[in-house]
Amino acid sequence: MSARSERRLGAALVVPAGAVLAIVALGPLLATAWLSLRHRVPVLGEDRFLGLGNYRALAADARFWGALANTAYFTALSVALELLLAVPLALALHHVGRGRGALRAAVLVPWILPTVVAAKLWALLLQPDLGLLARLWPGGAAAVLARPTLALHAAILVDVWKTTPFAALLLLAGLQSIPEDLARAARVDGASALRVFRSITLPLLRPAILLALLFRSLDAFRVFDVVFVLTEGGPGHTTEPLSLYAYKTLLRAGSFGLGAAISLVTFLCVVAIGLAWLSALGERRRPEASP
Amino acid sequence: MSPRAAWTVAVPYLAFFLLPLGWLALTSLWPDAELARALPSHLTLENHAAALAGGGLARAVVNSLLVSGATAALALALAAPAAFAIARLGVRGGRALLAAALAVSMFPPIATAAPLYVALRAARLLDTLPGLVLPYASFSLPLALWLLTGTFRALPAELYRAARVDGCTPLGAFRRVLLPVAAPGIATAGLLVFVFAWNELLYAVTFLTSPARRTVPVALALFGGEFRDPIVVLAAASTLATIPVVAVAVLFQRRVVSGLTAGAVKG
Repeated sequence: MSARSERRLGAALVVPAGAVLAIVALGPLLATAWLSLRHRVPVLGEDRFLGLGNYRALAADARFWGALANTAYFTALSVALELLLAVPLALALHHVGRGRGALRAAVLVPWILPTVVAAKLWALLLQPDLGLLARLWPGGAAAVLARPTLALHAAILVDVWKTTPFAALLLLAGLQSIPEDLARAARVDGASALRVFRSITLPLLRPAILLALLFRSLDAFRVFDVVFVLTEGGPGHTTEPLSLYAYKTLLRAGSFGLGAAISLVTFLCVVAIGLAWLSALGERRRPEASP
Repeated sequence: MSPRAAWTVAVPYLAFFLLPLGWLALTSLWPDAELARALPSHLTLENHAAALAGGGLARAVVNSLLVSGATAALALALAAPAAFAIARLGVRGGRALLAAALAVSMFPPIATAAPLYVALRAARLLDTLPGLVLPYASFSLPLALWLLTGTFRALPAELYRAARVDGCTPLGAFRRVLLPVAAPGIATAGLLVFVFAWNELLYAVTFLTSPARRTVPVALALFGGEFRDPIVVLAAASTLATIPVVAVAVLFQRRVVSGLTAGAVKG
């Protein structure tokens, strides 16, 4: 069989995967963009072209701006905390000798749990009269989830608890790709452990850190499960992120056009964040590529 | 950092990650009548029995097993041949497909929820388990594609050449030689896709409406909502839903870790 027929077979093997991505992911995304330009409420049988009317409505919608602010704050704080916590954890995972497998398995548990369980678990800990916090500190834990600022931070805490392990494992993979002789040579030359970390490990770890920042911030920006379970966006709409607002607009209010507009704004924000991190990643890589 | 120092750093993390789970387990074993006490006088499995009574949770577990199994099977069936073709047959556009897959994996699920809802309703697949599998497969396809392309690229090129010289067709070489050798990588990809589908909430709560169709995350998310069940029963339900994935984490930790970091580091 010739190379040409091999290539033809290759194309035939790739087409189903490409078709599914096109039909079930890219197609619906374009459909969301189209839907966002319409006024569409299926229950009432209403469906007409609106142009940018949905977006104009959002621009004047305090709940939308609140959701955007909640999402941005949630993303920024949870990702920052996760990365700060992940660096020491990754170093510990890298340097423990015996028991590394057990440690890795233990660290993996929060990440592998359904987010719903993680949120229920923390709701239980923060439960106003019977939770662990209330037992350890009677009065101090009163209704954490009923107070707007505290409730949003509780959601951030759940996210940090659940996804710090993922960030740490990404950093661990980065650490494992750093040649050990480098640090050893520096130690022989009299550099302190802190100095080795700052001058050798951290710069070489930078691509892994940026990658973790990229993955985590894209994931955090689409937050839904944690808040859905913990507060359902309440009290009021004070903890509501964009995904939850879009979900309620679609399913509870039945307004598909407006819901699609909120969804598309969420998507565009994710694209913007992704491009920003990717360009940072590219800039860091270029100088290294030509030593 | 010495191993001793590493453990000193690790212990607070272990406490942070595991103590909440310990509290969940303890609450689930706590007799409901004794909740006001500082600690229970004895432990009980009554709450677990109560969580399982009525069959809602058990049915949700069955639903989740069916959906997650079908998703993993479909994602692997689509991704394995494509990954083989990209890695070994030099398909034009292979890189473009990988890039497109990466872009898709970054989509917020809500961005496609409305049109998928409309399409599933038109196809009479709304509120059915098969209706959930196709969106799940497309969302986990990028991960499977990246992992398996890496797996097939890592196999020695001579393996494929030798099979061809020995008279295998390209497809035969894939099926009889490469696929068995790539089994560990395929198992890893299947495992991660399974876990993804097992944990997913947004699509499940959007596309499934009747209680009989609920998956585990939906059943749990809506569990305490009715204010009928005491929190000890909720804790028992959460514990029961946790056991399968914790077993996966413990049994397959090496595989899961290598899978979730491999794509990222090579990409």
